[in-house]
Amino acid sequence: MKQVFKRPESMTAKPFHFCPGCHHGIVHRLVAEALDHFSLREKTIGVASVGCSVFLYDYFAVDVIESPHGRAAAVAAGTKRVLNDRIVFTYQGDGDLAAIGTAEVIHAANRGDNITIIFVNNSIYGMTGGQMAPTTLLGQRSTTSPYGRDCNRDGYPIKMAEMLAALEGPSLVSRVAVNTPGNVKKARKVIRQAFQMQVEGKGFSFVEVLSTCPTNWGMTPQAANDRIAEEMIPYFPLGTLKQKDVVDVL
Amino acid sequence: MSSPKKVFIKGNEAIAMAAINAGCHYYFGYPITPQNEIPEYMAKHLPATGGEFLQAESEIASINMLIGAAATGVRVMTSSSGPGISLMQEGFSYFAGNELPAVVVNISRQGPGLGGINATQGDYFQSVKGGGHGDYKLIVLAPHTGQELYDLTIKAFELAEKYRILTLILGDAILGQIKEPIVPWIPEKTAGDPDRDWLITGAKGREPRLIKSLFLADGEMEKHCWHLQEKYELIERDDVMLEEVDTDDADLIVVAFGSVARIVKSAISQVRKAGMKVGLVRPITLFPFPRKRLQEIGGRTKRFLVAEMNTGQMVEDVQLNLPGDCEVEFYGRPGGSVPTPEDLFEIISATYEKL
Repeated sequence: MKQVFKRPESMTAKPFHFCPGCHHGIVHRLVAEALDHFSLREKTIGVASVGCSVFLYDYFAVDVIESPHGRAAAVAAGTKRVLNDRIVFTYQGDGDLAAIGTAEVIHAANRGDNITIIFVNNSIYGMTGGQMAPTTLLGQRSTTSPYGRDCNRDGYPIKMAEMLAALEGPSLVSRVAVNTPGNVKKARKVIRQAFQMQVEGKGFSFVEVLSTCPTNWGMTPQAANDRIAEEMIPYFPLGTLKQKDVVDVL
Repeated sequence: MSSPKKVFIKGNEAIAMAAINAGCHYYFGYPITPQNEIPEYMAKHLPATGGEFLQAESEIASINMLIGAAATGVRVMTSSSGPGISLMQEGFSYFAGNELPAVVVNISRQGPGLGGINATQGDYFQSVKGGGHGDYKLIVLAPHTGQELYDLTIKAFELAEKYRILTLILGDAILGQIKEPIVPWIPEKTAGDPDRDWLITGAKGREPRLIKSLFLADGEMEKHCWHLQEKYELIERDDVMLEEVDTDDADLIVVAFGSVARIVKSAISQVRKAGMKVGLVRPITLFPFPRKRLQEIGGRTKRFLVAEMNTGQMVEDVQLNLPGDCEVEFYGRPGGSVPTPEDLFEIISATYEKL
């Protein structure tokens, strides 16, 4: 019998600890599929960030370095500068990348470091229990914005992909979602493209993935999924914002 | 036989030259006075080694780039001064938890705050008592001459690899900026063992590896901390370094480290000429602190004077480790103005006369 579906080799057999309806599991799989597609598992180094995604070392069958909160892009830059024939990726949430790690990601992007960053934006701090993130939407309630995010007090939800696309350094900046089968297919393609660019030495690739957090949003998995389409995508539009196919020299 | 070739260079350049000769081909750093000759030297000379110099966007980024590079097993270094070293404390703590080897140089300047750019020893506590969060130690080396900056830089890489630990070289603006004749040399070993079983290189033909400091399972973190503690005890047992001058017959012993120890040496040669039996203990490793040797010396000599370019930091460790019947006096000033040999001659003589 022909096998049509299996666990990617770049994943371990360990069951996910993620909450029901959380998108991390889907995004993990898409990353693993991309590694498998280019046969990269044995030459890949993952950099784990702080938050729910820190445990990626339990799920990816690759070498992993755990980074301090927000510093994954700097850690990855250090690794890649030494082992430039290896594939180095970070996987970071929005609290990690867009708040405490803003400086590190901007400068890695601006240097055009030949690494891949998977940025999971679920508009909230998940692991610490649902606090306001830099990406929390206006009016969205969280444990530290119990009356809703107020632009006059808290500023506006930060659009990381648009910010990074404004820099000269990055080669690929794209935003995807995994809330529908169609979007999963598109996300699979973009994530694969991001790793392909690194393989080809084309420089910094960044994929923002809009994600649910049903537990901290206080929603059922279905309602959380619907919120991606109804509230997240209108503010964080999907699509590739920047793509550079030629490597700049001096 | 020709005599070894000397070069006439700044202390900062001696560190950079030693690092490259020790096989350190990766450097990540951010500019700050008074240590800029180190990144400048690295920027100029590292490309020829096949390695890389990278100017980071902050000291926070520098130390994290070090984490990423150290995990692959190469020799890697950064350098900074007080304000930048403060920013690196988070990374120091992760280095300890992750058990990664690297070398960091602090050519310290006055603080607190933005402070001044002159010499001080005000970062002693920060260096040996933690600085970052958690229960950990760094190896801290305190050179006092240009040659020693060179020699201890090489030693720092060896110790870092031996124990999978961050080794800090604590200098100051005097040591970094002073120009002296130095005899460069190349150590036999210029790289760590490529077969170490924790190196992050990609899981080719083996099980995946993980460098981490998060331990959430019941009892896991305590076990990890005890493991670190065992390592620190080994370091205290095997790798204490100190210099003693005229301690055998001394009625008064001065304890000083780094640049101040050097000035004390001049003062002691003068007080000896004046007939006073004074010796010097100079800790070269601030961690591990030469506790046992101080205990032994304190069994015979009962009067001590600690001289520091701060308002009293190492003196606490001296007091803690001497027998209870020893008397410890302190002379300190917060840096910026440097005590002269004559100043110290006066202080030492006055302390001696009280015996």
